[in-house]
Amino acid sequence: MTVAVNTEETGKRIAEAIPGSVVSSDKGSLIVDSKALAQIADFLKNTPGMEFDYLTVLTAADYLDYFEVVYRLVSLKNNQSLILKTRVYGRENLSLPSVTPVWRAAYYQEREIFDLLGIKFEGHPDLRRLLLWEGFNGHPLRRDYL
Amino acid sequence: MPIKTEQFYLNVGPQHPSTHGVFRLRLSLDGEVVTDVEPIVGYLHRGIEKLAETRTYTQIIPLTDRLDYLASMTDNVAYCMAVEKLAGIKVPERAEYIRIIFSELMRVSSHMMAVGFYLNDCGAFFTPVLYMWREREKILDLFDMVCGQRLLYNYMRVGGVSQDLPDEFMPAIKKFVAEMPRYIGEYNQLIKQNEIFLARSKGVGILPRETAINIGASGPVLRASGVKWDIRKMDPYSIYDRFDFEIPTGEAGDCYDRYWVRMQEMTQSLRIIEQAMSQMPAKGPVCADVPQFFRPPAGETYGYIEAPKGNLGFYIVSDGSIAPYRLHIYPPTLINITALKDMVIGWKVADLIIIFGSMDVVLGEIDR
Repeated sequence: MTVAVNTEETGKRIAEAIPGSVVSSDKGSLIVDSKALAQIADFLKNTPGMEFDYLTVLTAADYLDYFEVVYRLVSLKNNQSLILKTRVYGRENLSLPSVTPVWRAAYYQEREIFDLLGIKFEGHPDLRRLLLWEGFNGHPLRRDYL
Repeated sequence: MPIKTEQFYLNVGPQHPSTHGVFRLRLSLDGEVVTDVEPIVGYLHRGIEKLAETRTYTQIIPLTDRLDYLASMTDNVAYCMAVEKLAGIKVPERAEYIRIIFSELMRVSSHMMAVGFYLNDCGAFFTPVLYMWREREKILDLFDMVCGQRLLYNYMRVGGVSQDLPDEFMPAIKKFVAEMPRYIGEYNQLIKQNEIFLARSKGVGILPRETAINIGASGPVLRASGVKWDIRKMDPYSIYDRFDFEIPTGEAGDCYDRYWVRMQEMTQSLRIIEQAMSQMPAKGPVCADVPQFFRPPAGETYGYIEAPKGNLGFYIVSDGSIAPYRLHIYPPTLINITALKDMVIGWKVADLIIIFGSMDVVLGEIDR
């Protein structure tokens, strides 16, 4: 069984290593500060006992006040999983640090989020629209796009 | 005097027989050697995730058929399981077994198409495909028997399946499962020792273990690289913990291993079907009592299964209404092609076709 790690404990460990980066860590999900995302990704991948080497789903949802970006990480060695979330506020010029340098699995998924929801990923090697064409107006998966 | 050369760009696709759909590869070539490759996707984008936001949970099932259209049944299962997880619906015992049987039949069928078309790409023009099609037809007949459809089944429902198995189904599947190992033996006899096939696929398009994990590969592509990771075993969903089966893995991570992992998985799937048939309760309900316009509680969930092509997942956010607030489909084959660049650089164009064929992509799923 892939066991979901205790988010409170993991949150504590992240907060110790990178102070001020954890927003909340209860109810089975871990919400972190978007500014520290690249550091946290590196920490989760390379810390002994965590070793989240396998990123599966990376997606985002529009809640009108903010966008919630969700990462599901799996440690193949320990057979554990973790749901990591971060929020970006506003509607225009949104940006997040890219995790593609840590997990290449994010390469297409970040491009897709950029395409359909309009969140920029700083540090992505080739951030362009994925499914829609260049010059398409708007981001269809936003809730206010009709 | 050195010969003056310059980089040459070539578009493979979007209409090209080896791209397995409307997929475009922009190649940079040095003579015949690939120096760079850029996959361009989106030609089959139908906006399924956006369409789902205006449909009820049951109306989305036919949309999921159109994802991986060579394995529609497992797409249905993945979606229904995610909704059941969200709404806390318990599936009747008999329906669980029916789902397992159809998922595994679908896996056999999907792997047959993968292997057949892979050999087609290798140069065995359409003979292997027709051999594979012969047995795939029998699987399609079984599907036809239960839901009247041969490609887009729309058979699963939230809470179970749409209808019980007809009387003629059990004898037919028993016959199929008894016959099939002989045919797999026949394929192996024809393909496995073939000199040309071995020369063209052994050691070609190697995907190292670390890269496979880092790019998030899943399914046969991951297992061929030597990672023993199958969600059916590592995180058993539904009732997979009741069956005895093995996870075939490769060693080198080359095209041959990807082919051979698929061939072995077909045998393992037949083992699961046999066990499921003997354990299945003979009678009982096949669908939980779910109202037509049900409202799952507000919240979110991520349900995932081991589809024939890899880890297929559905991320659903509910706001308590009859339609999902957000639906995201995690497409295994899109993630698998992240590694294409690593695998093809330095190989010739003819090898690129083989390497790409061994990835077993389906554009319905990549583009959604």
